[in-house]
Amino acid sequence: MRPSAARLLNILVPVKRSVDYAVKIRVNPQQTGVDLNVKHSMNPFDEIAVEEAVRLRERLKDGVKSIKAVTIGPPKASETLRTALAMGADSAIHVEIPESAPAPEPLGVAKALHALIQRGDGEGKVDLVIMGKQAIDDDAGQTGQMLAGLLGWGQATFASKVQVDVEKREAVVLREIDGGSEEIRCRLPLVVTTDLRLNEPRYASLPNIMKAKKKPIEKLTAADLGVDFTPRLETLKVTEPPVRVGGGKVESVDELVAKLKDAGFTAA
Amino acid sequence: MLSRLNRRVFGVGRRRIHYSATRRHTQYDPDAEPREEEQVDVCIVGAGPAGLSAAIRLKQLETETGKEVRVVVLEKGSEVGAHILSGAVIEPSALDVLLPDWRTTEHPLSQPVTSSSMRFFTEKYAVPLPHPPQMNNKGNYIASLSRVAAWLGGIAEELGVDVYPGFAGARFLLSDSPDASDAQGRSVRSVRGVITHDAGLTRQRTKSARFEPGIAFRARATLLAEGAHGSLSKTAISMYDLRHDAEPQTYGIGIKEVWRVDPEKHVLGKVVHSVGWPLDYQTYGGAWEYHMADGLVSIGLVVGLDYKNPWLEPYREFQRMKHHPHYRTLLDGAERLAYGARSLTEGGLQSLPKLDFPGGALIGCSAGVVNTAKIKGTHNAMRTGMLAAETAFTALHPGTTFTPVASPATFTPSTAESESEVETISLAAYNSAFPQSPAHKDLWSVRNLRPAFNTQLGLYGGVMYAGMDTLLGGRVPWTFRHHRTRVDSPDAHATRPAIECAPIAYPPFEPPLSTDLMSSVALTGTNHAEGQAVHLRVMKPVEGEASETAGRRREHVAKNVGTYAGLLGRACPAGVYEYVPDDGGKAVPGNVAEEEGAEGKKLVINSQNCIHCKLCDIKVPTQDITWTVPEGGGGPKYTLT
Repeated sequence: MRPSAARLLNILVPVKRSVDYAVKIRVNPQQTGVDLNVKHSMNPFDEIAVEEAVRLRERLKDGVKSIKAVTIGPPKASETLRTALAMGADSAIHVEIPESAPAPEPLGVAKALHALIQRGDGEGKVDLVIMGKQAIDDDAGQTGQMLAGLLGWGQATFASKVQVDVEKREAVVLREIDGGSEEIRCRLPLVVTTDLRLNEPRYASLPNIMKAKKKPIEKLTAADLGVDFTPRLETLKVTEPPVRVGGGKVESVDELVAKLKDAGFTAA
Repeated sequence: MLSRLNRRVFGVGRRRIHYSATRRHTQYDPDAEPREEEQVDVCIVGAGPAGLSAAIRLKQLETETGKEVRVVVLEKGSEVGAHILSGAVIEPSALDVLLPDWRTTEHPLSQPVTSSSMRFFTEKYAVPLPHPPQMNNKGNYIASLSRVAAWLGGIAEELGVDVYPGFAGARFLLSDSPDASDAQGRSVRSVRGVITHDAGLTRQRTKSARFEPGIAFRARATLLAEGAHGSLSKTAISMYDLRHDAEPQTYGIGIKEVWRVDPEKHVLGKVVHSVGWPLDYQTYGGAWEYHMADGLVSIGLVVGLDYKNPWLEPYREFQRMKHHPHYRTLLDGAERLAYGARSLTEGGLQSLPKLDFPGGALIGCSAGVVNTAKIKGTHNAMRTGMLAAETAFTALHPGTTFTPVASPATFTPSTAESESEVETISLAAYNSAFPQSPAHKDLWSVRNLRPAFNTQLGLYGGVMYAGMDTLLGGRVPWTFRHHRTRVDSPDAHATRPAIECAPIAYPPFEPPLSTDLMSSVALTGTNHAEGQAVHLRVMKPVEGEASETAGRRREHVAKNVGTYAGLLGRACPAGVYEYVPDDGGKAVPGNVAEEEGAEGKKLVINSQNCIHCKLCDIKVPTQDITWTVPEGGGGPKYTLT
């Protein structure tokens, strides 16, 4: 039955192109960051977000009007949008930043998403933002919360289960917290950030990838949104964790006791 | 009480007799699965230099003549370049033909060769050797083949080729009934295209909730560019008996590392090849040292896979090679960035199969065009790709003229309009245009060099003969055979039983110079989605086997452990195979059934580590490991190799 009074949902799924999880990362020779000449793919938590949006559509059927994916990144980030489109998003927006520019910080991303959401009106108004709880390259875990703050919307973070009632314009979300789970009821519009156990993302099948090539990607710049991506933080140094010094083998109990005594351990 | 009753009546908790047919869910039958179909003109399996050259050439011809051709390239790696590895010193002759303006564009052939030398290593010394003229590298470039493939992939996409990384060419789409004849005149089914891998199969090969069947690309021509010992290539060669008039292929395993060295030690463009220690004179092989751009050095060791001693471990030979004073000095204060391994063909002309089959053709290393003397194959791979493309285009659009560049002396498009459009074209013209083509001439001049190393004199015989043969440019009236006996897999056959050979005492690792295998494998970035069916199958499809059985596994363990000291456990450069104590009855996930041990051991296959080098399929003495494609997107993530 079509929900008559309630408006159909527009879901926005921000995704990020980050270093692939299987790659062995290395600090770059200048010690300013990680060597980025490696394989990149969609942030795994964002894959879960796209999957959740697609599943919501499968569950709510006509209740979901559109699923839009958005990314803020260099030209190559459009590949990540193609993956989202292949998984089931309808359209995508690419906020392009130059190849040489530094990666945007969570606050910058949140402001850009805020500006994007403010642009929508009437039938195009975003009702639900589903995004990953954190990106696996910077592990910041801030963007979703900042976005909710800027918008003045509720936030349901670390979601491991999401149920939406379109007519009541409500969502019930199960959150992962220390010591267990917390169930909260939220009003839409809402920001949800996904945790690992929410779902298992589907494979993007080849027919879907081929169809995704034809779906539209809108290109925008920071200027179009009136947002400044200049970093507020300066990374001073990145180093690898200290090399683990090997242990030594002892030949006898006496030697062990002697070594313990040397190290300052005495029987109390 | 009730549970005890349950146990008695239903036998839960008690061991049951096993039939291999017992399954809780039905086994997935790939041949019966309905699939989506896509119609294309040419389907190319493999986005390496051969496959991409063919794709680029086809699109160039489309632009030149205005006749459309839809080209799809399937690549099992997660991105183009992720599965390819080579030294590499690249001869740009083929690139100059394919992309005449390449030097003016941004390209990854960043470092011209500045010097070449040869060394003979003993345990302590490095003796300079006279440098053979074929190994002269004037005009050549040191590059990462992974980056070159990625670059060619970008060019192909710009020209309108559909490149699909993350999708493996898993099986052939065959005609419904025999509609063609092979070289011996037998009636056979033709290849009508390629089916991509099925995703979401469980370890027991049943459909999981995430199951996605592969799609079928119906192609008028299928080009196999899978690299050395490709899985579909192996099937095609067997199905159409393409080696009827050729010798079987013989291979080497190349193990490679890329290091960032102390700038004092780096000499831009330096190329060094060496023979001798750590390999003994009976084992074919040699090492390389290439100084690339950006302060990187590529080093590696090739070991001929016809080595006799089953105790030999190619990985440990490479690691101990780095203990030589020459390498100790070079790598002092250096940082290791990459590791990888891949089989390469060494058979040259003698092992080249018939290049075309009903519905398709073999290009690049799938055919086997490495020039073993120069240790280069990229230029020939590209040439075969271009030649196949030109012949395919002519067959697709008969009567259309264009300027042939691949091998103008042996192939030009005919102006004659041919018969009506056929659904599947023939690439016989490619096979007949190959002799006297540039790639063929390149291989002809060095055809006797590899076999010269197979006598009792081993390395010394080879070097002596090579000196003589080279002076004559290969213009001698004879062509040596690789191996005396005619067997299907001479490399596997060459292995002697373990009792006839001496175990090798490898030195302990000295990190960071040399490390254990798992630390190296971590650098490949290899990973395969969890829970999928093991892609390394203990079975012999060439003998008609369609599934794995406990009996075959038992036989495998008995022979390999009993006679060959568990060779695969020593040879695999990724630690996939382990012969572990048989703990009598406790099934290991992924193994077919419990009663598969023998001689007190059983085989465990850690397929997740696989780096797709194909050594197991080539070298296992019992020839019962069949390498099949895992779900696409897995495997190594090479970027520097």
